[in-house]
Order: sequence, then structure tokens, then C-alpha cells
Amino acid sequence: MTVYAAPGQPGAIAEYRSRYDHWIGGEYVPPSSGQYFENPSPVTGQTFTEVARGNADDIEAALDAAHGAAPAWGRTSVTERANVLNKIADRMEANLEKIAVAESWENGKPVRETLAADIPLAIDHFRYFAGAIRAQEGSISEIDEDTIAYHFHEPLGVVGQIIPWNFPILMATWKLAPALAAGNAVVLKPAEQTPASILFLIDIIGDLLPPGVLNIVNGFGVEAGKPLASSSRIRKIAFTGETTTGRRIMQYASQNIIPVTLELGGKSPNIFFSDVASARDDYYDKALEGFTMFALNQGEVCTCPSRALIQADIYDQFLGDALERTKAVKQGNPLDTDTMIGAQASNDQLEKILSYIDIGKAEGAKVLTGGGRAEMEGDLAGGYYVTPTVFEGKNSMRIFQEEIFGPVVSVTEFADFDDAMKIANDTLYGLGAGVWSRQGEVAYRAGRTIEAGRVWTNCYHAYPAAAAFGGYKGSGVGRENHKMMLDHYQQTKNLLVSYSGQKLGFF
Amino acid sequence: MADDAISRVAVTDAAAGLLARLRRQHGDLMFHQSGGCCDGSSPMCYPDGDFLLGDADVHLGDLVVTDGPADEPGATGETFTVPVWMSRSQFEYWKHTHLTIDVVPGRGAGFSVEAPEGVRFLIRSRLLTDAEWAAAR
Repeated sequence: MTVYAAPGQPGAIAEYRSRYDHWIGGEYVPPSSGQYFENPSPVTGQTFTEVARGNADDIEAALDAAHGAAPAWGRTSVTERANVLNKIADRMEANLEKIAVAESWENGKPVRETLAADIPLAIDHFRYFAGAIRAQEGSISEIDEDTIAYHFHEPLGVVGQIIPWNFPILMATWKLAPALAAGNAVVLKPAEQTPASILFLIDIIGDLLPPGVLNIVNGFGVEAGKPLASSSRIRKIAFTGETTTGRRIMQYASQNIIPVTLELGGKSPNIFFSDVASARDDYYDKALEGFTMFALNQGEVCTCPSRALIQADIYDQFLGDALERTKAVKQGNPLDTDTMIGAQASNDQLEKILSYIDIGKAEGAKVLTGGGRAEMEGDLAGGYYVTPTVFEGKNSMRIFQEEIFGPVVSVTEFADFDDAMKIANDTLYGLGAGVWSRQGEVAYRAGRTIEAGRVWTNCYHAYPAAAAFGGYKGSGVGRENHKMMLDHYQQTKNLLVSYSGQKLGFF
Repeated sequence: MADDAISRVAVTDAAAGLLARLRRQHGDLMFHQSGGCCDGSSPMCYPDGDFLLGDADVHLGDLVVTDGPADEPGATGETFTVPVWMSRSQFEYWKHTHLTIDVVPGRGAGFSVEAPEGVRFLIRSRLLTDAEWAAAR
């Protein structure tokens, strides 16, 4: 067990600056308004740094820098770009522990997750796209003996990216690595709940990129995100967040005729077929862990397995064991490596989760465990903690239909395969799903029937590079985490070339 | 309009006060209830017309707010309405509930206009009563 000292405390391995400006053109630039906003840690509720409050002028300055850098960056060889990405990964790896502590402090998530998942995955992601861009090839089509169509990949130019707060560094990396690999310059707007950890990272890797290739403007959505998303000076916009803002982003994109990629969340079913409980073995133990994955990252994951569907004949027994596993989740100081669940990322997030627990109870769902705020002691008393909560109810209830983005799972039973599929697909969303069965054909059929972009089969919450991630239905547009993401950041240039010396004879 | 005559939306005094202040900055306002990830499930407040509505949306009702009392510094004393919208598909899952827009300290993302104030609009829900549900059908 290790308890890391909090940033700002004696012995801390990660120290934030007391103030962060925008990162534009390879240097820190004060906000044009001169204004900053406070950034509290959800661990304690106390402010630990202040961050530049960006506006349209700051976005323009960042776009100027990006447009200045994009032509040269787009002409660099893929070898050069891949080498830069690999150097970023190496530098992150050498500083992994301190980046992990910094992100935990800003987001509230347990440091064991940032140490074992968020930051190692981000490092691997840069390496994956370094490899993917080196291996990417154009194509040729031989139209006839004398006519050849050549297809080249070209960067889009300057792109905008709006990042969520649940994995501040990993989600930024999911968008940055393919964009940079493909030769684009980026203007990135972090979430206002987690504006600093990406700049903490920039202090470590910022010198590795040519000035202007990556620009970061913080601020509120209405003041900084909107001018970025609606700018006629970006050639693509990528967004992870919710549906109403997703629609607005598409609305702006339609005005500028640019492509969008959107990741808008889900209400993922986690389905446990009868045969899961046919033995008390390692697999059964793994399935119970799979159920409890709703508490990972405090439930603040777009693919949180927030609907558990359990086959009727094992329902009581499996749910009983799952409740025991849930009650064993250790909640506490996120900087303690034994802590399994930390703080929700912000006060309004906490309030929203509590409002959902209220409506769940009002709709007649039964609280089987948890069901309220976790009162913590000492420094943590001001933080935003929710006890892992298991509801039992029906799929028509709002707690089964809306993404609560908290450690809350809604459980119901199903009779047979068809019933499970009907319930699983009765949702507006289709991002993730989990299927648990010892029978390959049941798991396969379920995976193919569920309308979702990612179906974890006998596993959950793994996010390796090379496994495509993205939504069906209301969950969005596009696929991240895979080399196909390069297509979202590239133009196709076709040269149609005639090698014939003969005229057509038309004119 | 949701095709019934019952009241589906309300606003707390604190949220109404904030709406009055925001209207002085931004002009007429509207809400669109979001769904999905991160700040999903939050009501998004925009200058009226900033969000393109269409057949995919349902008008849940209008909040009636008075910017007053008139002797309060800056208050206009005007009474105004704020329409509340939601996507039709989402309404199918929400239609048995009544929504009250409240406000809490916090920091929402998205383009909602209150975020720079250090507060966030929040939905509080209750089930429709049997009488309301009957009238709604």
C-alpha cells in the first residue's frame, strides 16, 4: 500500500503550477481577457490551481498558430512524425507515476487506475499510432493499360478537438495521437472540470512537438468551446460528451461543411446468462468482477455497464454474490493505492447522481445497496463521494434509460435469449455492452444481435489500442482507438494519370 | 408540443432568479434537455434560437419567470417565458415524469450559458400523479 502525498503537500511527487495560461504556438500565453478560473480537486473540494479563461480571441490566436504550423507539419515524413509520437510515449513512461498522481488529484479517480490503466493506455496509444502511420500505404487502381488512379493520404490541416473530463489525458490522447500521426495541427479545448492535467502533461512533453502543432485553450464551453466548434478555420471537429451539445456541434459543422466525429455516451447492458453460475470457479469470480465494473472510475465512463441483465434462474443467487462483491469495494482517498473508488469529478456531477437516485426510488426501484452520498472524514469531507449503488427495477424506468455517469447500476432479470436481446436493445444508445456466457455460440449470437459498437465478451472495460471503439444509434459517429481513426483525420487525394500519348478523339 | 395539456415543467426560485440575470446578458433563452455521456441528463440553456429545433424535438412547456422585484438593482420587472425542449426519442422514456429545473454550485461543460457563473442547472424529477397521467393520455 502506498498513499501518495497530494500535490502541494510535503513529499508530493507531482506539483501543479499555481496558474496555467493557454498553450499556444509552443509557449504559455496569458488569456486575452486577463481572467482565470479556479480549479478545485474533487478529492477535497479545495482549489489547487487557476486556469486561463479562454474566449473567441484566444481561440483565434490558437488557430493562427495552428495554421502557421500545419503546412510544414503536414509535409514531414511519416517517419519523423512517428518518431515524435514515440518520444512522447517514452517521456510519458519515464514520468508515469507523477502524471498518474496529477490526474488522480484533478479528476478524483483512484491512483491505482491512473497508474495501471489511464496513463499506460495513453502511452501505448501514441506508440500504436506511430506504428499505424508508418505502416499505412496509399493505393493504386489500374483503370486500363495506360491509366492509373493513385490514392494518397493527406492531412486535413487544422482540426478542433473538445475533450471530456472523465479521462482527461487518455481521452485527449485518443484524439491527439491519430490527428498528429496523420499530420494535422490541433486546437484542443479540455473540459472545464479538468483543465490542468493536460497542461501538466504539456510541461513534460511540450518541447517534443514543433510550436503550433498542438495548441490548448481552456475555458467554458459557451465562451471557448463554441467559437472553436463553430469556426470556419477548422477542417474537422471531434467531440466527446452529451447529445444536445453533440447536435450543436453537428449544426456548426453543417454550416462549415466539415466532418465530425462524436462520442456521446450510452446505457450499456451487461448480460449474464444462466451458465455463468454453473460452477464456482475462476470464471464465476471473473463474471462477478464484470458486474462490479459499474463502479470503475466512479461510473464516469461512457460505457459504464449501468444495466445488469441477469437470467431469471440464477438471478437471486448471482445478484446476492454480486452485492457482496459490490459491498467490498473500498472507497477512500484516491491517492491511496488500495482505494478502488474515489470522488465524482465535480459537485454538479454529485448532485446529478443524487437526483437520479431520488427519481429511481420514486419510480419504485429498490435500493439493494448504497443509495446516497458517502460521508468522508478529515480532508476528504469536502469532496464528492457516492457509495456504489445497486438498484433493482424495470428497463422502462429512467434509471435504466439515462446515463447517470455515477457508480449506479440498475438490475433486472430476463427469461431467455430473446428477452435479453429485447431489453438490451431497448435504449436510445449503442456504445458498449457486456455478454457473459461459457457457451461460445450463445455469446457470439448475443454479440451480433446487440446494437452497440463494442460488445465485451467475457470481459469488460478493456480499452486496448487496435480494438475499434464507437457508437451505434444515439451514441455517436466514428470509431476511435483503431487505425481506421486515421481516415477521420485524412483527406484522400486521387491523381488520375494517363500515360497514353493518344488523344481521345472527342474534339 | 407534447400532445397534452398538463404542466410538465417548473422552475425553482433560485433557478428563476438565475434565468432573469442570464436573460439580461444573453436575451431570450431556451432549454434543451440533454442525454448521454458526461454532462448528459443536464438541461442546456442557450440563447433562444441558438439550437436548431426540428421534428425530432418535443416542446415540454414554457417556464414563466419574472425579473424582479422591480426595485431590485438591475431587475427589469418584466415577465418572460423560457421554452423547454427535449428530443422526441428521449421524451418517450421521460414522459411519465414532471421536471423541475433547479440550480446547484458546479461546473458543467457543454455550451450552456450559466457555466461561467460557477453554477449548473439541474433537473429534479417527480412522477406524474395518476390524475396528470390520465390527462396526459
